Amino acid sequence: MKLWATIAWLAFLFSVPLWMGDLYVLHILIITGIFIIAAMSLNLLLGYTGQLSLGHVAFFGIGAYTSSLMSLGFEVHLLPNWLVKLEPKPVWLGMLTGIALAGACGWVIGKVSFKVRGAYFVIVSVSFAEVVRLVALNWVELTQGPMALNNIPVLRLGVPGWFEFAFLRKPANYYLVLVAAILSYVLIRRLVSSRAGRAMIALRENEPLATSVGVDVTRYLVLATMIAAAMAGAAGALYAHYVRIVDPDVFLFIYTVTMVIMVVAGGKGTLAGPIVGGLIFGLLPEVLRAAAIKPEVQWVVYGVLMILVVYFLPEGIVPAVRNWWQGRARREAAEPPAGRPAAEAAR
Amino acid sequence: MDQLLQHGLNALILGGTYALLGIGLTLIFGIMRVVNFTHGELYSFGAYMMYACVMLAGANFFVALVLAVVLGIFLGAAIELVLLRRLRGADIDTTMLVMIGAWIALQNTEQLAWSGVAKSIDNPFPATPLVLGPVSVSWNRLFVFVVALALIVGAYALINRTRLGKAMRATFQDRDTAALMGVEIGYVHTATFAIGSGLAAAAGALLGPVFVVYPTMGDLASLKAFAIVILGGLGSIPGATIGGFILAFMEELGAGYISSGFRDGMGFLLIILILLVKPTGLFAQKERIG
Repeated sequence: MKLWATIAWLAFLFSVPLWMGDLYVLHILIITGIFIIAAMSLNLLLGYTGQLSLGHVAFFGIGAYTSSLMSLGFEVHLLPNWLVKLEPKPVWLGMLTGIALAGACGWVIGKVSFKVRGAYFVIVSVSFAEVVRLVALNWVELTQGPMALNNIPVLRLGVPGWFEFAFLRKPANYYLVLVAAILSYVLIRRLVSSRAGRAMIALRENEPLATSVGVDVTRYLVLATMIAAAMAGAAGALYAHYVRIVDPDVFLFIYTVTMVIMVVAGGKGTLAGPIVGGLIFGLLPEVLRAAAIKPEVQWVVYGVLMILVVYFLPEGIVPAVRNWWQGRARREAAEPPAGRPAAEAAR
Repeated sequence: MDQLLQHGLNALILGGTYALLGIGLTLIFGIMRVVNFTHGELYSFGAYMMYACVMLAGANFFVALVLAVVLGIFLGAAIELVLLRRLRGADIDTTMLVMIGAWIALQNTEQLAWSGVAKSIDNPFPATPLVLGPVSVSWNRLFVFVVALALIVGAYALINRTRLGKAMRATFQDRDTAALMGVEIGYVHTATFAIGSGLAAAAGALLGPVFVVYPTMGDLASLKAFAIVILGGLGSIPGATIGGFILAFMEELGAGYISSGFRDGMGFLLIILILLVKPTGLFAQKERIG
């Protein structure tokens, strides 16, 4: 039953470009998919280890910039007379480098900042993202600053001399993002049901207790940060080679907030939460725009929705729906549909 | 050397308003355990009220300043009563998310109300700067500094000399015991948030006429206030005061001698360094902060 549901879902998702002729809708789905990957990575930190990272967009941006710069090539003076030059590399190599560098940054941040928890960790992560944004804005020689990196090449895969496929059109990019999202989902699913995942959840629930039974706190938190960062970097790399232009605005705090809303509204610490939240908050702006609502109003709606979700669905949508469903099933099991004996007797 | 003196003077004057921002935020965190993401919005609210009173309504500059602070106090009280009152005792992440939501909603309301175009506010001070030997300072900035110092002294007096201040200090030390001793915690929380917000609005109303006013001006103010508060130790008022001046000096010297592009980055570098070396901040009181 569950297997069939999964297969039906996958078949539906894979069939979308076949019947969806509207390329704009496809574009929205691609962008939403990229943000869902980022939200899933944030969920690993926020939902499973309980650490709120408000600098998550930094990893996204690092992935985007690294991958773009690798595939465009660059010349930069690290010192006035020390020129570093890189020839353009294939896009897949750039993407892998972006993922690796984002992961490495996650490792460093995890190592240095997990001495601190709660409010302190939040503020360190915000500061980190802001510093990275300022570097992207001001290191013009490398990043072009506000002029943005243009003409980023698209991903090309193939065997040299035999065939080559360019992810240029929207359906191809849709499949690329879909496969990446499924891979991320499977990775997180396996991770949280593994020994490491149980350790992370133990930390979230009760850190002193987990430590006292021998869970190596720092190790698992660093591991979670590193994986989450690498995954966000992958989302950033996908974004860069799909949109094909990257400017320092990818580091804007508002994108982190979007990811946080997706995770919190969907249900932190659930596998489906970021997907549900991501779909809602990825498609909601388009619905609001279609209703001719100004972007400012749209953000006001976001802010108010976030407050309402925290008040009324503190666990998020997915756990709320699940509880309601299970509660209904239990009620039905407990009391057989009322009134039937009487009705039968009457007949 | 003259240049250094001038940078030092600029930093001193900027530091006064930074300290105001920091004291407000640290009060709210220390007493209510709320990471107040709306702090910067109160700052820009103060600046916009100043703009509305002086430029639109044509009010007197000094009357407008008082009015902006009073309105900031009311807005702060309203935020506490509507949003935070029912979350008392909730964990810090929950209130943080609510405050982030409030911040986004407030900022975009501001953007709607005032449009994204930066506004400037006239001030009644002479345009010629005051020249003191090798350095000079505009009258407007001097006024900002004096008022900021007065407000800082006022905040200290309020906390150390009044009955409300005593209740606030008691709540900071141990909320449950304070409540058992008859301190009305709800009232203390509302007053704290209102005072902190009033200080942020004052900083905005003071700096609005010095710089320009725009809807996202609060973001940097929030982040800088966080930097100051972490620098001084979360919850420490003397720490926030000194932290404000330290941040101003670092920014001014960083902008003057390294690169003006990284001016706003100094605060964040400072946060990261402080937390690596001494995570409790430079002037933390007895640690009660997790």
